[in-house]
Amino acid sequence: MSDASQAGPVLAADGTPLKKSLQRALRAQKLRALALIAPLLIFILVTFVGPIADMLFRSVENAIVSETLPRTVVALEDWDHEAGEAPSEDVYRMMTYDMVTAAELKTHTRLGSRLNYETTGISSMFRKTGRRVDDFGEEYTDQFVALNPAWEEPATWVALMAASTDPFAISPAAEQALPETASIYADFAKTIADTKGDSVTEEEPWHPVYLALYTDLIANPDAASAFSGESAALISAAAAAVPTFEVTTTKDLFVKADKGWTDPEVWGTIKAFTPEYTSGYFLASVDLKKSPDGIESLPEDRQIYMLLFKRTLFMSLMIMGSCVILGYPIAFLLANLPMRTSNLLMILVLLPFWTSLLVRTSAWKILLQQQGVINDILVWIGLVDDADRLVMINNQFGTIVAMTHILLPFMILPLYSVMKTIPPYYVRAAKSLGATNWVAFWRVYFPQSVPGIGAGCILVFILAIGYYITPELVGGTTGTFISNRIAYHISSSLNWGLAAALGTILLAVVLILYWVYDKIVGIDNVSLG
Amino acid sequence: MKLKTIMLSTGAIAAAASAYAAGHGMADSMTLVSWGGAYQASQTNAYSDPYKAEHDGLEVVWDESSNEAVAKLRAMNEAGNITWDLVDVVASDAIRLCDEGLALEIDHDEVLAAAPDGTPASEDFGDLLVSDCFIPQIVYSTTVGYRTDLVGDTAPTDICAIFDLEAYPGKRSLEKRPINNMEWALLCDGVAKADVYDVLSTEAGQDQALAKLDTIKDSVVWWSAGADTPQLLADGEVVMGSTYNGRLFSLIEEQDQPVAMLWDAQVFDLDGWIVPAGLPEDRLARVMDFLYFATDTQRLADQAKYISYGPARASSAPLVGQHATLGIDMAPHMPTDPANATNTFLYNYEWWADYRDDLDAKFQAWLAK
Repeated sequence: MSDASQAGPVLAADGTPLKKSLQRALRAQKLRALALIAPLLIFILVTFVGPIADMLFRSVENAIVSETLPRTVVALEDWDHEAGEAPSEDVYRMMTYDMVTAAELKTHTRLGSRLNYETTGISSMFRKTGRRVDDFGEEYTDQFVALNPAWEEPATWVALMAASTDPFAISPAAEQALPETASIYADFAKTIADTKGDSVTEEEPWHPVYLALYTDLIANPDAASAFSGESAALISAAAAAVPTFEVTTTKDLFVKADKGWTDPEVWGTIKAFTPEYTSGYFLASVDLKKSPDGIESLPEDRQIYMLLFKRTLFMSLMIMGSCVILGYPIAFLLANLPMRTSNLLMILVLLPFWTSLLVRTSAWKILLQQQGVINDILVWIGLVDDADRLVMINNQFGTIVAMTHILLPFMILPLYSVMKTIPPYYVRAAKSLGATNWVAFWRVYFPQSVPGIGAGCILVFILAIGYYITPELVGGTTGTFISNRIAYHISSSLNWGLAAALGTILLAVVLILYWVYDKIVGIDNVSLG
Repeated sequence: MKLKTIMLSTGAIAAAASAYAAGHGMADSMTLVSWGGAYQASQTNAYSDPYKAEHDGLEVVWDESSNEAVAKLRAMNEAGNITWDLVDVVASDAIRLCDEGLALEIDHDEVLAAAPDGTPASEDFGDLLVSDCFIPQIVYSTTVGYRTDLVGDTAPTDICAIFDLEAYPGKRSLEKRPINNMEWALLCDGVAKADVYDVLSTEAGQDQALAKLDTIKDSVVWWSAGADTPQLLADGEVVMGSTYNGRLFSLIEEQDQPVAMLWDAQVFDLDGWIVPAGLPEDRLARVMDFLYFATDTQRLADQAKYISYGPARASSAPLVGQHATLGIDMAPHMPTDPANATNTFLYNYEWWADYRDDLDAKFQAWLAK
């Protein structure tokens, strides 16, 4: 002892410091342990944690707008929604370029349904416009071709646009002199190659390419100086002619396709959802709305999620409570009866556990409905009037009854296994010291069974909070859970972002409750046996 | 020497066989997705069994996943592993899948058989081609069935009986979604048929529909599975309820229940095939071959032998015969039969594609109140 406190570190037999040597030995052990659990760990990470994380990530992911409409998004930056006016012609022109590419790749309708979650009607605007956008700019094409039929030739365009060094790249000169044309022509080349395997040497460019050329030549009448030879002559002739072209604005073309395009609300929605990550889904799942003017509350007749969250929590707690009340005496009986009888009873507990969930739920329908078994019996013995049968299903009551029954084994089993380990002589000792039956139970037996209650409650509550089949079948309108809406958004509306946000909130609520439980009862105090 | 010849010749045969298969380039199995139950059985009988009889060694696998087809197809597409070859969906889902780029756009005239008289497929199907990806098979309708023994002396004749609690007291079952219910509510609140969707486009119109539904809200059992209403009717739990006409047909004709159909204001809807986007070539070739076969005039008419849904081709209607086991004429049980179709309502796909998300939120909030 005194040696160690005096000089340097304690050394192992081989002269290395003991601490290091110990660490090395332990590291080997840890690695071995890690290697043993690695297969399971990797399996869980890959098949469970990974997919869940990926799904939850969708609640904020929103790259679709900026990926589908890259030019429009930039053009919209200068547009002010507050003014209450539709954006400038520039934005519509950029939208034409983005839309024609998207329509060719068939991604415009996907974006349409994404934005339709936010503003009703956008879905069909995108669908309708996508069908016509390849004709936008047709009059420009006609006028260019009328000017010189060479404009129709794919070869003309290749000579104009392609770099001399690399035929698959746009030449810097074209990029400089005709920036919009170069950009949309590049998209055109890439898109036809990707979707149809066509080459620019054989395909006439899209009409919007001519629109871009027109715009570039108006903006830069001197563009011909950047080119040489035939191309320069072609360009300078065109540049001289374009001021006389008869043109329709792209805005008019959009409005002709769907008059919704004049609505600032639509453009506001596009602008509000341009960032790659959005809080929109989370706001929607607490009955708020991300609008161009900031966050606002949804109209009252569309608020539903907060109500459902509260209802889900309330009903899960009710179900958990009923399970404790019903399960405790049964578990007590099971634990204290002679082996033979208790085994028989145990089978009765487990039998429904092995029966299909749907069968059990349907059985409750038959029992509880107005023309069902229970009502029939009540009418028969005269307790209830035939015209006035009890409503016991398709409401909260039905859901609580059916789910309590379905989840009861999850309460009884942990309770039973904990009660099995409580030595009977503690209660006997208490009684011999003068405790009444009640005091002996409450002061001696019950505290020892609390870990079982804790485990049962956690199991039942967490299972209940995520249930959706039973509430869907017997819940009617007042007995449905938030999970029913999650299921709807996953399988019907395809609004996976919103479903992910709702799921994330539900997960967070469960974790918070778990933490609260840990603070109040202590998680060490939970036992499955 | 001899052995070598045998080996050579078998090798040649094998090579020839594989060359033949490669030439045809068709997969020898395909996975079809449908709804299960009587409907899928009718498809097996009318489409896949006759096709299999013509193609030896073809394996046909059925997957009963149409209910969640949209979500599953999207997941498959994201995972890059499409395991389905042909999927049966309702028209609104087909539009959604087409919008999402999950279904293949097809040229109907090129891919499908012409009618026997040479009418091209696109004209034979006519207006029913509601999406570029969709190949309709049947017209079904959502209509109302009522218990003949529970409605008193005067049986209901029009759709507004649903909202008439005085004449027809008792519970009624309606689907737990806005589609159809909102339209019926407006029709019975004095809105003309042609104006329904215009009215429903406004906030006031939506409130009007919900106010009308409010008058019966306490007497409604809301269903979410097609089997619910037939069950509720059979139990006498409801006096009347909406469901698909084929379900009511089997309840009335096959199970002999005291139920009758109210064809008034039946809402036509379509069910048909879509081909998932991104299939490998051999599977695509096989499925296109099957599709050509299974959607021709005779095949569509054959399906009506097994289930009371109307064939989607105009040219199939005259070929509809008798039920395969009951032996009754099927034509009078078709939703498209002139006697049944005196007052029909056309589901507006485009409109619902726009308003579905928003109205569903409003409807569910109204339900939960």
